[in-house]
Amino acid sequence: MANNGPVNNKDKQANDKKDVSRRQFLKNSGYAAGGVVGGALLGGLISNPFQTEETAGTDENTQAKEPLQEARTFFSRSEDFQTLAAATERIYPENENGPGAIELGVPYFIDKQLAGFWGSNSRDYTKGPFDPKASDTHGFQSKLNRGEMFLVGLRRMQEVSQEQHEEEFFDLDGEAQDDILVSFESGDVGVTGMRSETFFELLRQTTIEGVYSDPAYGGNKDMQGWEMMEYPGPRMGWMDDIEAEDFVSKAPKSLRSYQGGGL
Amino acid sequence: MAKKLDKVDVVIVGVGWAGGIVSAEMAKAGKKVVALERGEHKKRSDYIGVKDELRFDNRYQIMQDLSGETITSRNNIDETALPVRTRTNMQVGTDLGGGSVHWAGATYRYWPYEFEIRSQTIDRYGEDKIPEDMNLQDWGITYEEMEKYYDKWEKTAGISGEQDPLAPERENPWPTPPLKETPGLKLFKEAAKNLDLHPFQIAAGNLSEQYENPDGQTINACMYCSFCTRHGCDFGAKSDPLQTVIPTALEHDNYELRTRAYVRRVLYDDDNKKATGVMYVDERTGEEFEQPADVVVLSGFAFTNNRLLMLSDIGEQYDPETREGIIGRNFNGQYNSAFNGSKGFFEDKKFNLYMGAGALGAAVNDYAADNFDHADLDFIGGGAIELRQYGFGAISSSNNVPKDTPSWGAQYKEDSLHYAYRTLQIWYSPLAMSYWHNYLDLDPTYKDEYGDPLLRATYKFGDQERNIAKFGVERCHEIMEEMGADIIEDDEVPEEFDHSFTGGHYTGGVVMGDDPETSAVNNYLQMWDVDNLFVVGGSAFPQFGGHHPTPTIGALAYRAAEGIEKYMDDGGQLAEAKRQTQKA
Ligand SMILES: Cc1cc2nc3c(=O)[nH]c(=O)nc-3n(C[C@H](O)[C@H](O)[C@H](O)COP(=O)(O)OP(=O)(O)OC[C@H]3O[C@@H](n4cnc5c(N)ncnc54)[C@H](O)[C@@H]3O)c2cc1C
Ligand code: SF4
Repeated sequence: MANNGPVNNKDKQANDKKDVSRRQFLKNSGYAAGGVVGGALLGGLISNPFQTEETAGTDENTQAKEPLQEARTFFSRSEDFQTLAAATERIYPENENGPGAIELGVPYFIDKQLAGFWGSNSRDYTKGPFDPKASDTHGFQSKLNRGEMFLVGLRRMQEVSQEQHEEEFFDLDGEAQDDILVSFESGDVGVTGMRSETFFELLRQTTIEGVYSDPAYGGNKDMQGWEMMEYPGPRMGWMDDIEAEDFVSKAPKSLRSYQGGGL
Repeated sequence: MAKKLDKVDVVIVGVGWAGGIVSAEMAKAGKKVVALERGEHKKRSDYIGVKDELRFDNRYQIMQDLSGETITSRNNIDETALPVRTRTNMQVGTDLGGGSVHWAGATYRYWPYEFEIRSQTIDRYGEDKIPEDMNLQDWGITYEEMEKYYDKWEKTAGISGEQDPLAPERENPWPTPPLKETPGLKLFKEAAKNLDLHPFQIAAGNLSEQYENPDGQTINACMYCSFCTRHGCDFGAKSDPLQTVIPTALEHDNYELRTRAYVRRVLYDDDNKKATGVMYVDERTGEEFEQPADVVVLSGFAFTNNRLLMLSDIGEQYDPETREGIIGRNFNGQYNSAFNGSKGFFEDKKFNLYMGAGALGAAVNDYAADNFDHADLDFIGGGAIELRQYGFGAISSSNNVPKDTPSWGAQYKEDSLHYAYRTLQIWYSPLAMSYWHNYLDLDPTYKDEYGDPLLRATYKFGDQERNIAKFGVERCHEIMEEMGADIIEDDEVPEEFDHSFTGGHYTGGVVMGDDPETSAVNNYLQMWDVDNLFVVGGSAFPQFGGHHPTPTIGALAYRAAEGIEKYMDDGGQLAEAKRQTQKA
């Protein structure tokens, strides 16, 4: 689905519903790069996209709209982040229903989550001994925290991709990416310190959270996740509508407007 | 060395519904009370303007921080228990008001049959009906005796209800009328009626109208805002201790509340068989304090109540090998054998499922308690069948896909968007029994932040759990079919307990009764062998009834408060021990 991305994306831009965001650009160059542009060049593009080819189509205005609050604060290697982005996009792809994980800001959502208490499991029980493989039914048993699990898991995905295709995970076509994700999901891949299915489930769940949580957390960009689902966001209450026979569809509002905005 | 403080009349450990009720009653009675709560001093304003699904439903902000303490869990006596490490699998309240702040509000009384389940089962079906491995016990109190305490709790909480046509007569009507009816609930009720069942609107702790309780506390009308279960209420409309009993207690100068006070021991004088107070840590400073008191009340939820007795070496620890000992025995509760049922996907109907309230729902009790003939069934008791309209957030609604939909990818996206508001779940919430092989003790390996052993749960299903769940799923399926769902999917009944402690329905371990050989506390929740120690909460349930636990916890807390006053006036044991025929 995502491999025919460029065409769809162009159409979209022609319709001009959205700004040319950095992610959109990233994704396009990622697709364009598939097999053509090498990793090094792509790396260069990524660290500073608006100084390369795209500069032509980038005016002051677009630059001003560049979302400055989006930068990696947890992931250091851009390869890890690109792998993450590509994987989330396969889990929640862009299609005729609307934007996918990348456009919704999910990779940055995950980056922020991993930088916080949740990523370091600081409110979970983290004392040993540990035995992540001792039981199928005891939930999280890893010594690794979630942030470390993401790093270990994503790097294992990159390794598997190199072993099987001699290519970066994010350069593979969607089907090949899916095959690797499926092998993790089914628990078939050996990963240090955890079960591969535990990592996959963490990745899947976090992706969905990034699509649908309040935009305050960096995902669900412009409430587009909620728009697709016709979810109205936090409201005072539904006292007057709760008995309605028909579906009540309202444009979404975010926590920020619920709290009165301001400051 | 712990710093010794001035002695008080009563010290209370943990302030949820149970500790809050005892707080209010003791404060009103003019006793000098200190209440110790490990969590933050939360106020109503902490829950205003924070309608945030990720923070509360997925990151469990309101639940216990497990970095200091959790429990360990295993199925069998010869297994090594592993810690329950994340709040996805361990949902216990903390902060002032406890789990009683983030409860949903579903309110059921237990049935007369359930309080006398052993005697009545034997009367009706003979002793052979009770499986050999099951510790089936009467509660040592009858529904008739419980009625006035239920009534008192319901009035304090202002519960909005409708009389269940099958339930026993109530002395008084519900304090406020039922919540509104939604199209989904109507569909359920009509289907149930067509099947000759008796649907009614669930009694709710989310109030249908503004209400002033007998203590003078006001609870507001519910806005159906949906951010209810696992959240605190934005509007002061969900009945909880922060809106009711805690402010009542705090109106009295003889009542003192200390938060961030983590109790580690009950102090105990073995010669006199008396509790002398408790030892706690101020979690902000790390300082230790000794709080002496004439009466000690444990109301720190089932896990803490059990663990504090074990750490303090009070009462005899239950040993499954010899089947002797009493503390930790009959650990029970509704785990993942409860809440199984049937899911319906509707192609032509789209429900406003993002609207709702924690206990907005409808139920039938035709398959509850002994309301149906069990002669040819391979289980005892029953439960309610419920349809709830909690009001779901977007993350949660994205799970509404049929089983053959992949859990990710384009097809997932398509189907989840399509079915987000076309999916209704009904479930059966059967009772959960106690067995000789299910119990609590201290873990030999894992420790808390102070170096004390964690509590260890050993729990596996009996055949009853699987049989009753299968029966319930079939009944749910019939109703869902009558409701006209296009796709019906029945929940798979799990073979074994999966160590996921969600939903807050875990009980037992310090159970009540009238026989000290099979119970730790009498029907005032006073310990049989320590007259000035009261252990209040779900820890007292000999087995779990076929409904949500909180009203029974609230009622028993009022009963205990009455007992504490009696004890302070007259001293001694408040109940006479009886010998039952049952061997432990
Ligand atoms: C998500 C969810 C939904 C629920 N919905 C329903 C429902 O709809 N209907 C229903 O009937 N029940 C429901 N319940 C169950 C209900 O929450 C409990 O039955 C009820 O809160 C128990 O009250 P309690 O006073 O015994 O314990 P709690 O309210 O948990 O209070 C115990 C208090 O003790 C404190 N404490 C514990 N240990 C210590 C210590 N060592 N030192 C000091 N303080 C300590 C805790 O911090 C806490 O504040 C739900 C539970 C959950 C988790
Ligand atoms: S649904 Fe009602 S009771 Fe629940 S949080 Fe909202 S207003 Fe409060």
